[in-house]
This record gives sequence, C-alpha cells and structure tokens, in this order.
Amino acid sequence: MKLSRFARLACLLIAGIMLAACQRHDAAAPWQLTDISGHMPDLSFQLTDDRGKNVTAADYRGKVTLLYFGYTHCPDVCPLTLAHLHVVMQRLGNLADGARVLFVSVDPTRDTPEALHAYATAFDPHVVGLTGAPADIETLTKRYRAAFSREPGKSGGDYDVSHSSGIYIFDGNGRARLLATPEDSQDKLIHDLHLLLSTGGAT
Amino acid sequence: MKHRALLIGMIALLPFTARATQADQIKASHAWIRLLPANLPAGGYVVLDNQGTSSAALLSAQSSAYGSVMLHQSTTSPAGSDTMRMLDRLHIPAHGQVALAPAGYHLMLQQATHPLKPGDKINITLNFADGSHLQVPFLIRPANATD
Repeated sequence: MKLSRFARLACLLIAGIMLAACQRHDAAAPWQLTDISGHMPDLSFQLTDDRGKNVTAADYRGKVTLLYFGYTHCPDVCPLTLAHLHVVMQRLGNLADGARVLFVSVDPTRDTPEALHAYATAFDPHVVGLTGAPADIETLTKRYRAAFSREPGKSGGDYDVSHSSGIYIFDGNGRARLLATPEDSQDKLIHDLHLLLSTGGAT
Repeated sequence: MKHRALLIGMIALLPFTARATQADQIKASHAWIRLLPANLPAGGYVVLDNQGTSSAALLSAQSSAYGSVMLHQSTTSPAGSDTMRMLDRLHIPAHGQVALAPAGYHLMLQQATHPLKPGDKINITLNFADGSHLQVPFLIRPANATD
C-alpha cells in the first residue's frame, strides 16, 4: 500500500514535470519545423528569374519565401518536393499569395529561364524558377551550406546532380526562420507557414 | 479405370510441376508516370507483388513510348543530399512486395517518342531475370500529382 502510493505520487510528479516541459517548449518555440532563426544568414542573391528578369532577394521582400535547390533533369525527388509544396500552397488558400517557392537550379547550363518557366508553372503558380551564373548559384548554395555536386561519366553528355534536399524558409524581412526536410509532413509545413504568413513574419 | 486415375493424378499435379515464369508470378498495380514539361526525364512508378513461391528479379524495362528506360534509385545521404543511382537488378522476394515510388526506386524515362498528356496510358515491358516479360499499362499524370 505504501509502495503503491509512492508509485502514484512518482507518476504524478513525472507527469507534472513533463507537462511543464511541454508548456515551456510551446511558449519558447511554436514551430513544428526546425527553427533556424539566428543560425543562417538573411536571404541574399543575384539571379535571373524564369521570365528572364534579373532579380535579387529584395524583390521578394514582403513575401515568405521557401528556398529549394534542384534541377529540372531530376525526375524523382525534385518533382515530388514541388508537388508536395503545391498541395501545401493549395491548402493555405488565400494566405499562399504571401508566399513564394524559390526553386534555384544547381544546373544552370541546362536550366535556362525558358526551361525553368515551363517547369515551375507545371507545379504551382507560387513557384518561381531561378537560375544564373554558376558562381552566383554557388555563392547562394554555400551561404546555406547546401552542398551540390555534379556526377559526370554518363553517355551523351548526361550527368546526375546530387543536391541538398532541405527547404529553407525566410520571413517577409528575408530573415532565415525555418528548415524543412523532405521527411517533414505537409501538416507541419502548413502549420508553420500559416503562423509566419498570418503574422506577416513579425514574430 | 486404372489409366483414368493416373491421368487425373497427373492433371492434379500439373500446376505444381509446370514452372511459372517470374513474369507470371508478378502482379503490377498503381502504375503511373509523372509527366514533366519539355521532354524532361520523367519518373515511372509501379507496385510489384510477387505472388509466387520463389523470388523474382527485375533487370530492365523498355517502352515504345520512350527511347530510354532505366531502373534507378534515389537516395538521401545522412547529410541531406539527394542523389540517384542506376540499379542492375531489383529483387522481389517470394510472397513479397516492392514499390517503385517517389523518392525511392523508380523508372527513369527519357526521350519520349511522341508527345504525351495527362490521362494517356502507355505500355512498359518489364524484363525479369529468367527472360520472362510483363507488359504493364502506365497512366500519365501531371507534374504536380502526389502519390
């Protein structure tokens, strides 16, 4: 009897600690994705968009941006990620107008603005394809430690490109806020984007 | 009478003695292709069920609708980098299932021989290790289709 009362007390105590821990966690970080605030530099680049216009990060101020590196000759993972982001944008409804998916090509030799335009629009109107000088793209990938490499040795000038699969999310002021991986669910993305978009990224 | 019993016995044994090919053992379902614009390489997906008692191995595939069909696997490194590699063969264990699905095993389809649009169906022939073939109709779906 004495032991069981002790056990019950211990359970209660543990439950209390856990609850407090949860609440503290929630108060500090409302995010479901990985919070990278203060750990990654602000959005900065100088590239060409899929309409052939020279653009910089300043052109997307006021928008929540989702930065994703890929290339159009990627038949499996890149289209899957963009198809998921299409569903996320659809589920965000009107709020999605405040967001842009920046699909940066790590294969600028083949990914011309025209090629990127057809590719981006096949997924979602909120997707913008970005390409540019190899050095400018490398500067951007290095800025976010998003390694990529080219794997030659295939016939007909074909080659595979291995690339980082993370989605870097920036608020309307261009500050790095969240990192999503392909394993993160659409629900998590929607939850956090909803929060970022409805607060205007001011939190 | 004696002969008849023997005949019935032989007929009853027939299904066990006749060797089913690997293609006979495989049931293909949920076959689709993610169509990308401008003749870009596309991903082909299919679920393969091995209903037989021996394992099967998919070696290659071909289609009159594409100049090149390759068996690929997408992998993500622990560092979060995506890459693709070509497969020599894909084993489907006895009574087992292998799914060719986005971000994993897939067919990489290149050089479409004629323009395709969502809703079309094209045939892809799967070639197995014992030399048997299975023709599977694949549904063409838009770029932003999710599984």
